[in-house]
Amino acid sequence: MSTLSELVGKETIEKVLAKGRSTGAGFSEIFIEDKRSTSAGLDDGRIEQVTTGRDRGAGIRVVHGETTGFAHTADLSEAGLLQAAEAAAVAAKQGSGGVVTVALGGIDTHQVNDVQILPNEVPKTRKVELLERANEAARSIDKAVVQVSAGYGDSVRRILVANSEGVFAADDQVRTLFRVSVVASGDGGMQTGYDSMGRTIGFELFDLYDVEELAAGAARQAVTKLKARPAPSGALPVVIKRGSGGVLFHEACGHGLEADLVGKGASVYRGKVGEMVASSLVTLIDDGTMSGEWGAIGIDDEGHHSQKNTLIENGVLTDYMWDYLRARKENHRQSGNGRRQSYMHLPMVRMTNTFVINGTSEPDDIVKATKNGVYVAKLGGGSVNTASGDFVFGMTEAYLIENGEITEPLREGNLIGNGPQVLRDIDLLGNDFAMGNPGTCGKDGQGVPVGDGQPTLRVKSLTIGGTAA
Amino acid sequence: MSSGNALQDLADRIVAQAKPGEQVEAYVSRGGETSIRIYEGEVEHFVSAQSESVGIRVIKDGRTGYAYAGTLDESVLSEVFAEARDNVQFGSVDEWAGLAEPDGVAKVPQELWNEELAHFPTAEKIAIAKELEKLTLATDPRIRIDDANYDDAYGETAFATTSGIRAHGRENGCYVSVGTLADDGDETQTGFGFSVGRTPTEFNLGRAAREAADRATRLLGATKPQSKRTTIVLDPYVTAQFLRVLSGSFSGENVQKGRSFFAERLGESVANPLVTLIDDPTNPLAYSATDIDGEGLAARRNVLIENGVLKQFLHSSYSARRGQTRSTGSAVRTGGTPGVSCLAMQLVPGTGTQEELIAQVSDGVLIQMVQGLHSGVNPISGDFSTGASGLLITNGQVGAPIREFTIASTLQRMLQDVVAIGGDVDWLPMSANGMSLVINDVTMSGA
Repeated sequence: MSTLSELVGKETIEKVLAKGRSTGAGFSEIFIEDKRSTSAGLDDGRIEQVTTGRDRGAGIRVVHGETTGFAHTADLSEAGLLQAAEAAAVAAKQGSGGVVTVALGGIDTHQVNDVQILPNEVPKTRKVELLERANEAARSIDKAVVQVSAGYGDSVRRILVANSEGVFAADDQVRTLFRVSVVASGDGGMQTGYDSMGRTIGFELFDLYDVEELAAGAARQAVTKLKARPAPSGALPVVIKRGSGGVLFHEACGHGLEADLVGKGASVYRGKVGEMVASSLVTLIDDGTMSGEWGAIGIDDEGHHSQKNTLIENGVLTDYMWDYLRARKENHRQSGNGRRQSYMHLPMVRMTNTFVINGTSEPDDIVKATKNGVYVAKLGGGSVNTASGDFVFGMTEAYLIENGEITEPLREGNLIGNGPQVLRDIDLLGNDFAMGNPGTCGKDGQGVPVGDGQPTLRVKSLTIGGTAA
Repeated sequence: MSSGNALQDLADRIVAQAKPGEQVEAYVSRGGETSIRIYEGEVEHFVSAQSESVGIRVIKDGRTGYAYAGTLDESVLSEVFAEARDNVQFGSVDEWAGLAEPDGVAKVPQELWNEELAHFPTAEKIAIAKELEKLTLATDPRIRIDDANYDDAYGETAFATTSGIRAHGRENGCYVSVGTLADDGDETQTGFGFSVGRTPTEFNLGRAAREAADRATRLLGATKPQSKRTTIVLDPYVTAQFLRVLSGSFSGENVQKGRSFFAERLGESVANPLVTLIDDPTNPLAYSATDIDGEGLAARRNVLIENGVLKQFLHSSYSARRGQTRSTGSAVRTGGTPGVSCLAMQLVPGTGTQEELIAQVSDGVLIQMVQGLHSGVNPISGDFSTGASGLLITNGQVGAPIREFTIASTLQRMLQDVVAIGGDVDWLPMSANGMSLVINDVTMSGA
């Protein structure tokens, strides 16, 4: 696998960038991507198939005043790239300008992740074996386990970004993922369990984590829920286990701190920098440099180095997250949050690894201090309306707390809250920080890998969308 | 053998390379899109893009392998074929693995290609999006615009298999959408409106603008309701989303693999007798109408629930072989192997307008938007819980707006608890139609 700078030479890139500016645009950019992926799925006791995929192409962005023109192509020849650059230039501004030249320096290959074993160099047989091991482990937990599906996925994503302001950078992003979902059946119907693990590392993922353990956990979750009772309906204190509730912050405030949404006045956090927006217990960080984590990147998809950014410090909003366009518009520095799903997409402000750092409470004490409430051990997905701040997230494994003790399992449901209110209502924060499951964050039709994390914490009141009075 | 179509020829050429004992399917496509976003009267972005892809499935001795690439470049095609072949050895032997075979069912032709759209001038596309922004702004002084968009796309696909299926089709379409923000003091609420057409001349910009403004402004001043059991009236847009959640439970493959709560219930009452639900991609009114399914077989009309009784499950050629029945033309492509899904769900309408249905409700909630169906609904267990916003209903009249609450029940119960279906059918841009729907006895969770 040749590097992208071997595939597309620097001189070609300079010509393409110059062509992009040929209609008078102030900024042009080329994003080249070559992604190889392998996935394998097991379902119903069979390896259904191994799939290999290849996506390779370039996206060319041209910014003229307030207008962005964008074109992409799977044709990486100089002619193909120049044609796309012309399309982007015309899209940004009809008409013709003068001749422009762009000169680039040496390439910047910034890496934050340390990959030991490139997954595309691992025999497929070993990937398939993992699935079979997970299947057996899940089925051995209980006779009630009636169905297991397991998935393996890896990708090697090579990107190169260059722009007319001299950015010329490349990164290799290697990700490896494993997931298990289980169905258990009992007298009361069927229940499901799910768990996943993923890091921005290679096949050494499986030296660090055990697929059997992951599968057994998913199976136990499904079996436990067979005895679950309906979740409560209404507002209650909620304790969220470490490493399972990062999605709470992702939805309650993460999206609302993206500068593109703030800039359009579509965030409840607009105009609040320097103000108290959360309980003083809360310090929220977005950190693309966390080596090996699911949202870790050497450079963002605009060629800017990833950074560690403090968003909320002791409850006070310190800054938003930024991409090139929004930073330029508001004369702010970029923060390494300009990301895109693929070369076929425009970049925008996105999170990387978003987490709340440790407090001082012992996790057991947080449960003991809660007379009646809900303990959430595993959260599902979520979504937010950044303008109103209303957000939901699902609980896939939860228990009742009665008299300071975790008791009966609960059926699934959504929790609903308002971001700014929930941030203020965090009244206990544990000292047991952990990162959570690998996530895919969706925004404007694009998905990117993100990480999240938090210590065990309590929200003094959240609305639980169950059916029990 | 030349079909006179380059894409079909390419698919045929790939399949012709099959070796003895190999079943091969080639699925090739190319397409393009225009995406224009307007903000404050100016073009914020203009995306003009082309894409292409190839997927090759190889089955040998009951084992399946698959590979794909996002290019039709000749040098990559041979790599993809080689990868698919290589992947075969890692699949388990599956006695039902195989390709679809021609079944003699005639296609119902659909008019999926519009010449007018194919030649529609770019400047007019921009003008339409600007007009939508202007119209929306003019509806209400409290309204701001998040973005106004014009999007269109075209796609062309061709199939070929060693089992004798060949299918080629092309399709285009366009839509406009607008996102709104409504402010009142510190409070901001959001809305959206859209219009869909085979050509921009079919757009109803006025309706899109009004709906976008209404959705945002009607929530201003909304409060969080008290928790209680209540009756809900779903707006057509919400009904369509509710139907989509049910889709997987009709999949024959999910039934075979123990993932459908409808398993073992064929011929039984699974819904209120008012409910007749069909899947009919041959209906040209459906947004997702099509003449072929994801394996190249003719799409067809399938009755799922008739007067409350579960009539049949849907099948691809794989699940049909496994269940010793015939494909219902319900294959969809999600990854390599075709899956099974509803293609165009249609709840048979009842009678009455939304107002007439609401007039029958003494105490309830009109649900106008839902949030978090993906996180709070488990289609396997049937647990249903979603964030919602809407209007309180008292004595048959809508009243104050409410938000930040959930509604919950189970899918199984909700089907039985349907008490009225409206006649106000809306053909929405998704794979289900919508109309007002009244469901009893759900739990509303709020303060």
